[in-house]
Amino acid sequence: MKLLNEVIGNKLIVTMSGELDHHVAKSIRIEVDELILKKRTKNLIFDMSQLKFMDSSGIGVILGRYKNITNIGGKVAVVNVSDRVDRIFSMTGLYKVINKYENMSTALKHL
Amino acid sequence: MEYNNYMKLEFESKSHNEAFARVVVAAFAAQLDPTIEEITDIKTSVSEAVTNAIIHGYEDKIGLITIVAVIRGKEIEIDVSDNGKGIENVIKAMEPLYTSKPELERSGIGFTVMETFMNVVKVYSTVGEGTRIRMIKRIQNQNTEIR
Repeated sequence: MKLLNEVIGNKLIVTMSGELDHHVAKSIRIEVDELILKKRTKNLIFDMSQLKFMDSSGIGVILGRYKNITNIGGKVAVVNVSDRVDRIFSMTGLYKVINKYENMSTALKHL
Repeated sequence: MEYNNYMKLEFESKSHNEAFARVVVAAFAAQLDPTIEEITDIKTSVSEAVTNAIIHGYEDKIGLITIVAVIRGKEIEIDVSDNGKGIENVIKAMEPLYTSKPELERSGIGFTVMETFMNVVKVYSTVGEGTRIRMIKRIQNQNTEIR
């Protein structure tokens, strides 16, 4: 699992590359939280296009960051979500609090 | 009991082994000629079951996890067992969004994921003895049966 990050305006873009399971969840959490503090951006976009595998551990990673970001008044979005990951996200009602966009340009426009 | 193929895998309850376990079972299941979708269903479900054993069964102490998989005709039956603390209330544990460990940012949908991606999911658990999760996946996309 590798994280790439980029800042565009007040948005932090985190691209998750590889396999997201319980084993890597903890370090990913810490890494993203550190990025949020360091980059001082308000909003967070997760780009899922490079994700090769995800189990339900991924939900905790996203919802946990959602809590932290809403504390500072920001928003969280996910983009490029595969059908499978979409099914797992839907099961938890993740989309009640997090917006999904088809691609990055749409997300950047709306967030 | 009649079966077409059998495998058994035993490993320590270390989170490193989650990827190892799902890849081994997926490779074993490959002889049924599943679609990529079906293979991912199996991988995801094995990952959930093994993660449950590590986090809840052993609560991050090191114990052994056993996976037995059997191929019968067009189905694969996968048993993931631990000798951990067991589940007091299986019905409660299987409720969507229920988690006994919210502080770990667990979402409580592990069993829901297994039930969505597999055809059959059964949980046998005894407090103080351990838990066995049995999952069955019928492979649709295949022309020939394994003999």
